[in-house]
Amino acid sequence: MTAGRAALTVTGWAVGAVVLSPYLVMLFTALKPAGELRATPPRLLPVAWRPGNFLDVLGDPAFQSWLSVSLVVAAASTALVLLAAVPAAYYTARHRFPGRAAFLLLVLVTQMFSPTALVVGLYREFFELDLINTYAALILTNAAFNLAFAVWMLQAFFASIPREVEEAAAVDGCGRLRTLAGIVLPLSLPGIVTAAIFAFIAAWNEYVVALTVMTDPAMKPLTVGITTYVTAYVQHWNSLFAASVLAIVPVVVLFALIERYLVSGLTAGSLK
Amino acid sequence: MALLRQEALPGVVVNTAVWVLAVVAVALLLSLGLAQLLAQEFPGRRLVRWALIVPWAASLVMTAKLFVWIYDYYFGILNHALVGLGLLSAPVDWLGDDRTVMPAMVAVGVFVSLPFTTYVLLAGLATIPGEVYEAARVDGASRWRTYRSVTLPLLRPALLVASVLNAIYVFNSFPIVWTLNDRNPGFGHDTTITFMYKIAFKSALRDVGLAAALGVVNVLAILLAVIVYLRVVRWREAEA
Repeated sequence: MTAGRAALTVTGWAVGAVVLSPYLVMLFTALKPAGELRATPPRLLPVAWRPGNFLDVLGDPAFQSWLSVSLVVAAASTALVLLAAVPAAYYTARHRFPGRAAFLLLVLVTQMFSPTALVVGLYREFFELDLINTYAALILTNAAFNLAFAVWMLQAFFASIPREVEEAAAVDGCGRLRTLAGIVLPLSLPGIVTAAIFAFIAAWNEYVVALTVMTDPAMKPLTVGITTYVTAYVQHWNSLFAASVLAIVPVVVLFALIERYLVSGLTAGSLK
Repeated sequence: MALLRQEALPGVVVNTAVWVLAVVAVALLLSLGLAQLLAQEFPGRRLVRWALIVPWAASLVMTAKLFVWIYDYYFGILNHALVGLGLLSAPVDWLGDDRTVMPAMVAVGVFVSLPFTTYVLLAGLATIPGEVYEAARVDGASRWRTYRSVTLPLLRPALLVASVLNAIYVFNSFPIVWTLNDRNPGFGHDTTITFMYKIAFKSALRDVGLAAALGVVNVLAILLAVIVYLRVVRWREAEA
């Protein structure tokens, strides 16, 4: 049995290493000086380690601008998602109204449409409204894309809070809003945090709409901006990957926090 | 109708079918093994599970760019490693050779799909009560027999959910095909999604109307997948 356990452990660790290996290539390349990028034969590890690449990227005004666009868009669209999803989900969870099932179904279906399938229409719309190259365009789009998942997930969370808790609060003389703010929201905090983190990450990683509606270099978010480190004319692979590492690490940490709730949310309660 | 006159369309539809089917099938097979492995207790399991999250959480463009670098003909680590190990006699231009572009993209598609499918299957495995395995053991069933006759049938709902949702994500996926196929002119390796984008914004056509028509077709295709998905979920509820 112990031999089996050892084999299991080794296999497990090997799988982890294989999954991480491309990202180790990313990290090691990010630490190489420019001269080593075109070494033949290629090496995995840098000869001279250059952590300064990270400082260079952080000090690059272009990177700072992409980072701030990404932060503004992700934060604002997340706030917008919560603002709309919390009341919508609460109402749907607590009230039976005609078309409730259809509403939830519709919410689920919109989650499955590809941004790319919609981007042609979105571009036209933003063009008519004169919103090309504005924060508003990306904030609204990301909020709209991520609203469905948030409503669906929060709805399940609110429904799992026993009604009696709220009734007790009502007996104690709490108004509806006080009950929502003082009782229901604290109890459903894990759900709200999950929805918020998911919306934030989705907006942070969004690519195709940003690629299309943000044509001004000063208005590009990270996902689009960093690709300009490597084009047909310049090939700063080390800067590209240093910037990627900086963009990926915080998101992975956030993601690890919500992993448990996310699977049940994404599969929309079909797995208990 | 102008859509049907596009010469590239049949090839693009075939590419899309190959891309979706190959990624979904391979990812599902691999994650069956992975889920089985990660459902067992072993030291450091938490860390391995976290490692598996990375391709899921990381931005797809950044992962795709990473693979452009790994696949690079001259400076990529993949050719160097494969030639060094004696598995290849000469370097391969993975993203430039017509025969290898699609397999190379599928490999990346599988890599980024694994976390989601594995986690869904893990959630499915967790719902199978221990007594079922107990009963199988009492009946003297071998391990493989137990897996085939007990685990797999009970895992069917999770398998269906994982494959249908993943098929939708893969069908919708833009950044991988867009980034890895960047160098190649024309539409030889495009899926309907990147083909549509090129029609609207990049090619000589610049035909927004045509792209919108293809967009509608895409949405209909997804709608079909969604209906199948909902049927599956319903069917499960009726059974429960």
